Amino acid sequence: MEKILEVKNLELSFHTFAGEVKAIRGVNFDLKKGETLAIVGESGSGKSVTTKAIMRLLPESSSEFKNGQILFNGKDLTKLTDKEMQKIRGKDISMIFQDPMTSLNPTMTIGKQIMEPILKHQNVAKSEAQKMAIDLLKLVGMPQPEQRMKQYPHQFSGGQRQRIVIAIALACNPKILIADEPTTALDVTIQAQILELMKDLQKKIDTSIIFITHDLGVVANVADRVAVMYSGKIVEIGTVDEIFYNPQHPYTWGLLSSMPSLDVQEEKLYAIPGTPPDLLNPPKGDAFALRSEYAMQIDMEETPPFFKVSDTHYAATWLLHPDAPEVTPPATIIERMKRFPNSRYYESANGGILK
Amino acid sequence: MAKYILKRVLYMILTLFLIATFTFFLMKMLPGSPIASSPKLTHEQLAAVEAKYGLDKPLPVQYGIYMKKMVQLDFGVSYQFKGANVTELIINRAGPSFLLGIQALILGTIGGIILGMIAALRQNTVWDYGSTLIAIFGISIPSFVFASLLQYWIGVKGGFLPVGLWENGWQSSILPTIALAMGPLATSARFIRTEMIEVLGTDYITLAKAKGASGLEIAFKHAFRNALIPLITVMGPLAAGLVTGSLVVEQIFAIPGIGEQFVKAINSSDYSLIMGTTMFFSVLLILVIFIVDILYGIVDPRIRLTGGNK
Ligand SMILES: Nc1ncnc2c1ncn2[C@@H]1O[C@H](COP(=O)(O)OP(=O)(O)O)[C@@H](O)[C@H]1O
Ligand SMILES: [Mg+2]
Repeated sequence: MEKILEVKNLELSFHTFAGEVKAIRGVNFDLKKGETLAIVGESGSGKSVTTKAIMRLLPESSSEFKNGQILFNGKDLTKLTDKEMQKIRGKDISMIFQDPMTSLNPTMTIGKQIMEPILKHQNVAKSEAQKMAIDLLKLVGMPQPEQRMKQYPHQFSGGQRQRIVIAIALACNPKILIADEPTTALDVTIQAQILELMKDLQKKIDTSIIFITHDLGVVANVADRVAVMYSGKIVEIGTVDEIFYNPQHPYTWGLLSSMPSLDVQEEKLYAIPGTPPDLLNPPKGDAFALRSEYAMQIDMEETPPFFKVSDTHYAATWLLHPDAPEVTPPATIIERMKRFPNSRYYESANGGILK
Repeated sequence: MAKYILKRVLYMILTLFLIATFTFFLMKMLPGSPIASSPKLTHEQLAAVEAKYGLDKPLPVQYGIYMKKMVQLDFGVSYQFKGANVTELIINRAGPSFLLGIQALILGTIGGIILGMIAALRQNTVWDYGSTLIAIFGISIPSFVFASLLQYWIGVKGGFLPVGLWENGWQSSILPTIALAMGPLATSARFIRTEMIEVLGTDYITLAKAKGASGLEIAFKHAFRNALIPLITVMGPLAAGLVTGSLVVEQIFAIPGIGEQFVKAINSSDYSLIMGTTMFFSVLLILVIFIVDILYGIVDPRIRLTGGNK
């Protein structure tokens, strides 16, 4: 399928009083037309920074692109001027943020806020923009859109505000929609409604979506592919099935094990031991090695390259090196792998182990 | 809205009543009296004059008479200006004071807003430091020092503008206006700078950027109105500062305004004029605060002026 966005070897640092925070340390991925790519990982792993870098929304004074490219429509976004970037933001690429309570301007009617990108990027009259805004509110399921256009953000609930933010993001039919934990700040029931809306919209529009979350449970529902991020790098990327049923990186194993499951009644939820590394002084080798019981000597010394698992599935772990000893993943992971035809633990329908 | 305004008006009347009562008794506690400062009077003459002005009656009776007359906007006659009516004295002097006050308020806030915006949008540049420097001067140097400096350097030495008095029309108001405006200008510049920087860091500004808004649109369409809200809350105190500032500045420039007359009244214990002027200033400030609250509701849609239940 046609690639719409390519992030190549992206490295980005923040200059702080404490020193250089290497927030993004070589990120590679691409986004295909019409697909939904989920980026998962613990908080602090660099998900927001990656997407804000694509949108060029990071503070210019303290952030610096150290290396790499962000290719969109043949243009390297890291090289564009702010003026050129303004033409792309809100039109070709738009974004939904985490906290709907703070992402709308409290002193501007929501009608104006939705019409703003339309008037900015599309050559339409105000009355036309107004009609389009009302249609957008209908699209995101806002009742009585005409009346609500004149109201201010404080007159809406959290879930309704997130719908408005989504309407703003969709205003110009963007080619890429970035949703940065769009449900994290909401109540559980509202989360489900917003997710339902997102899935519904996926069917109606042909926008490519980057969906950021730290909740793997959400991913299976919305994504086509998943990128797992850890301390400023993508450590594993593949289709939803590949990541869920044939994970290769110990960090992905940890994430999946710490996911509450419905069919298995565990007494205590698994938690990955330790904390993510300090990005002021990132460790050598595999950054997850210090927290991993599968770490080998080489993990402490050399950064693992991406090993190919399938055409769509890559993982950066030395465990995939031909010379690496075979290890036994955690029991819950083996249970998952048993259901995946290409995995080494696959059990065919008749129950026999193939390999 | 009507209910809210009615409630506010009742509070305003209560406030004025309390202020009137306090000033009355405070003044009675002051040493000296307008009549005692004329040493040539005999005892009989003194008693006669006191009787004429009602100063021989017991305090509560004096208070009662005073309040009753005040309701009719009658503040009695001045002791010092040969029986002139206090209400008329104040009205005759109001022109220059109002002009100065309003000009200073406009110059101060608008100048301050411009200065603060420049500082916030050009953070940590020469512009920012320059505007900070002006603000520090404005806050730390009292208005009478500015008044004297302006008078000396521009009035006396430069000779561009009148040194004082109120005889050259609008030109006479320029230097005293600048002197008065420095305080509010500095305060609003600081306020706007701090608020703008804070607002520019909020999520909704990031969202506005994500929509493709340009730097100027961000600053003026999105950030400015939100940064303005806190400034409105200090408009009341700023206006109060102008009233006190005017007492000194009018004195220095010898402007025939209310402030200058008020200082004279205090120096000669002119009770009725002091009371009248105090009440006048009080009404003015209470009105300013009322207007500020209404403005607040206009700028900030979250404040609903409907009986205050939200
Ligand atoms: N403006 C900034 N200045 C300095 N460090 C930052 C800044 N923004 C993010 N970081 C750092 O970058 C890392 C990644 O952050 P982020 O992308 O927000 O994580 P998440 O995956 O939770 O979205 C964190 O260590 C964070 O502290
Ligand atoms: Mg984040």
